[in-house]
Order: sequence, then C-alpha cells, then structure tokens
Amino acid sequence: MTQALLYGVFGIALFGIGLFGVLAIAHVVKKILAINICGVGVFMVFIANASSGAAPDFVPHAMVLTGIVVAVAGTAMALSLVVRINALEKPEEDA
Amino acid sequence: MPVIDVASLLPLLIAIPLVGAIFSVLLSTKYAQVLIGLLSALALVLVIGLILVNLPSVGTEFTTPLRYVLAGWEAPLGIALSLDGFSALLLSLTVFLVTVLTFYSAFYFAASPARVRFWPLWWLLVAGINALFLSADIFNVYVTLEIIGLAAVALVALSGNKAGLTAALRYLLVGLLGSLCYLLAVALLYHVYGTLDFAQLAAKAESNPLSWAALALITVGLVLKTALVPLHFWLPHAHGSAPAPVSAILSALVVKASFYLLVRFWMEILAPAVTNEALMLLGILGGAAILWGCVQALRAKRLKLMVAYSTVAQIGYLFLLFPLLMSTEEASASQLAAQQQSALAAVSYFIVAHACAKAAMFIAAGNIIHSLGHDDIAKLQGMAKYMPLSLFTFAIAGGSLIGLPPSAGFIAKWLLLNVAIDTHQWWWVVIILTGGLLAALAIFRVLDLAFIKPEQASDHVAPDSWQKVPVAMPASGLALALCTMALGFNADLIIDLIAIGGGE
Repeated sequence: MTQALLYGVFGIALFGIGLFGVLAIAHVVKKILAINICGVGVFMVFIANASSGAAPDFVPHAMVLTGIVVAVAGTAMALSLVVRINALEKPEEDA
Repeated sequence: MPVIDVASLLPLLIAIPLVGAIFSVLLSTKYAQVLIGLLSALALVLVIGLILVNLPSVGTEFTTPLRYVLAGWEAPLGIALSLDGFSALLLSLTVFLVTVLTFYSAFYFAASPARVRFWPLWWLLVAGINALFLSADIFNVYVTLEIIGLAAVALVALSGNKAGLTAALRYLLVGLLGSLCYLLAVALLYHVYGTLDFAQLAAKAESNPLSWAALALITVGLVLKTALVPLHFWLPHAHGSAPAPVSAILSALVVKASFYLLVRFWMEILAPAVTNEALMLLGILGGAAILWGCVQALRAKRLKLMVAYSTVAQIGYLFLLFPLLMSTEEASASQLAAQQQSALAAVSYFIVAHACAKAAMFIAAGNIIHSLGHDDIAKLQGMAKYMPLSLFTFAIAGGSLIGLPPSAGFIAKWLLLNVAIDTHQWWWVVIILTGGLLAALAIFRVLDLAFIKPEQASDHVAPDSWQKVPVAMPASGLALALCTMALGFNADLIIDLIAIGGGE
C-alpha cells in the first residue's frame, strides 16, 4: 500500500465518519462540525491524488484551496444562522 | 450578416449578473437597485437573443456544441464553457424568468427594508445558475453549485422570522452535504481519468467500480439538491417560507439546475457506467415522488406549502426520463439514440412548462400574502372577488400543472406518455395520469374555496387588513401563466432547440 493510497483511503474513511455524524447527531452545531469533517476527508482524497504521480500535480491543490474557501463561507453562514435562530428563541435573555 | 463569434458571448451571461450584483451593493438606494436590475435583465435578454439567433440550426451544420475556452487555456489545465441545445434552452428559460421576476420584485420589495439585501443576492444567484448551465468542467460545476446554494440560502433567510431561518439552515446543511458528495466524486474521477473536462471525461469514461462509485455519489448529492423523494424533506419549508420571487426562482430554476447536471452525467459524461437497474431505480423514486407530492399538496394547510409540495410531485415527472433511456435487446443503436432524444425532449418540455407555471403560481400566492398577510387555505373563501387577476393566474398555471390542453403541461405529459408507450413501459402511463388527477384535486380545492361567496361561508374572515397590490404584480404572474398557454401552441420551437448539438 503506497502512501498516497493510504491518504486516499483514510480520506474516504473521514468522509464516512462525517457523514455518520451529520445523519446521526441531532445537535445542529455538531452537525456543522460533522460536515466540516466530511469536507476534510474529501480534501485528503484530493491531496492523495496530487502526490500519486512522480511530480506533484498542482491542479488538486488549486481545487482544495477553492474547496476550503467554500467550506469557510458555508460554515460561517451556518453558524450565523444558528446564532440568529437562538436569539429569536430566547428573546428574554437578550433584553 | 456580420460574422460574430457567438462563443465569445457566453462569458457575458455570467459577467452581466455579477456586475449587477456588485453595483447593487455599491448603489443601494431604491431606484438605483431597480434600475440596475432592469438594465441587467435587458442586457441578458440581448445577449441570449444574439446567441440564439446565431446558433447553427438543426440539420445544417449542427455537430458540436459551442465552446469558449476561458483565457485561452485549453482543458485539462483551463476551464471551458460550452453550450448545446439543452443548455441553450435552460439558459433562455432562466433569462426569461429572471426578467419577469426582476420586474415583479421591483414592486414586491418596493416598501420592504429587505430589498437592500435582496438585489445583490438575486444577481449572484442568477450568475451561479447561468454559470452552471454553461460550465463544461466538473470542478467548476461544484463552485457554481455552491454559489447557487449560498445565495439561495441567504435569500430564503430574508424573511428573518424563525420558520424562515430554520428552513434556511436546513437547506444550507443539505446543500453543503450534497455538494461534498459531489466533490468526493470529482476527486475520484480526477484520480481515475486525470481530467475535469466534460468532453474529455466522456471520451475516457469506462464502466469500472470507481466510475460506479463516482456516479453513485454524484447521484446522491444531486438528488438531495433536486429534492427527489425520499430526500425531499427540506424543500417544502425552504420554498414555502421564502419571499415570493425567491420561491418562484427556487422551484422554477434552482432544482432544475441540479437535475440538469444529473442528466449530463447519466446521458453523457458517465454513460458507460449506467445500468438499466439504476435507471429503473431513479424512475421508481420519480413515480413515488409524483404520488407522495400530490397527496401532501392535497393535505397542505398553507397555499405556498401546497405549491411547494406540488414542486416535489413535478420533480418526480422529471425523473421518469431515466427509465425511458433504457436500452432493450431488439433496439438498434440508432433507434436507442432516437428514443433517448425524444425522452429528453419530453422532459425538457416538462422543465419549461413547470418553470413558467410554478413561477406564475408562486407570484399569485405571493400577491395573496401581500394583500392578506397570510396564506391559510381555509381562509381564502371568496378571494376571487378581491383578487381576480391572481386567482385567474393561479387557475391557468394550475391547468398547466394538471396537464389540461392546450397548456404546455399537456404537451409535456403527452410527449412523456408517447415515449412511455413506445418503450412498452405502460405502468408510467398509470402514474402520470393518477398524478394529473391528484394535482387537479389539489388545485380545485383552492379554486373552489376562492369562488365561494363570502356571505355563504360560515366562518369567513372579512379581509379588513386587505391591501391592494400594484397591478404590475398580478400582471407579471398572468404573463407567465399565459406563456404556458402560448408554449402549448409552439411545441416545435423547443423540440428543435434540444436537438442542436445533441446528435452523435
């Protein structure tokens, strides 16, 4: 088993753990974290792709960077929605 | 006629809404935003018109889709845009609906403080949809999916109330998960084939376990985004709590965008990995969606929720495309290609018919909410007297959804039934007709109530707080509803367009 293959397989395993978390955990912040774990798993598969040849391939690097930007934006949006919903649920604590 | 390079116009379809979004942030006064909106819509109409006029017509020189290579970098390194008949149809539909809905939104948000945030997000969403239909690169598609997803979630959250925010959050999580499934498939495909370009992948793709895994992941991710039963749970509330123009674009275009990608992958990019059993499975889910969506629409208590459940049912019809693509032993390759082409034409027609009818319905429902402040179906008694135009729109659009002649919905169902009978899959005929019947029950339930005279009704609520809406609002809904009728008389236009660049 090569190093790249090992990274790829563990990436897919991480994706599976994240997927399980999204489906099995009811807590919404933990769901958001689980989605991020999924994302990290996918990025690892990309990185494994990059190192499978003789010279590193830079296309997967560009894709992972783009993916990270999207993941940050999505996570920020999800967390801000959670904060807003919580504020609406407990108006007496804000006042 | 001067020779223009039509392909070089393609990036404008993405650039115009992006520029519109930026200027809507910079110039955020009411009239500036409306003016930018109308100018952007006008520019989009001009560009798509110029492209359509210059498309090679069927039978003359149609072979290859239009292709534009960004910054001159060819695939596999660069990113290409491409346009064939199917994407040209969906882009024209997008530009048309966006133009009408932009006009409608100018009035809908006239007195609302949410307008400052609405316009930039609106144009961002349009840019994402156009980019998705033009993209010829599977990673670029992921980016466009996320642009659409983030903009759509922010638009759903515009209402700011708890139901809207909760629906938006669920929509966001579902969207992110769907995109990640898709992204993992991109990683697998890049690992196996070393390219991201649609055409290069299609040329290299084989039937092997990794292709199957990639196709399965893509299908799960996109089916989640398209809201096919049983993964539809997020749609009714997201579409039902958004402002009316947003609901309209979500139901009419956004779910179709992920469906468009599914068709691309199943019919072209990963076609060698497709099996008859998998095609049948998607068809069965589609059939279940038709029945389930219709039953839920019948039971819905709120008008917008009913319209949203009807979208769940209509998405089911789209998935009947897949079993109709199946090959049989006796059919030759050319017969199979012709059968697949007519199935695609039927479903494309369905997409257009549903998009116009559903946008018209959400506009009508939006007008009712705008004047009454609620959309409780039980309290709509006698509304026909106060809002004749909106109810008329609702009735015509409903007729198209049921599939009554001479609407576009009728032609779409007719085409679909034809293919089902030609391929000896008679059971779809039963489901299509049952779905039409159930849709009719749901639509007539609302119309029946609306035409009751208020004094006959026992507990009718007099619309004291009733506000008159500007006539332009029901008028734009009516224009869309009448389009579904006009399309019923001009079916050839769409069927010819689909054939461009679709042949071998």
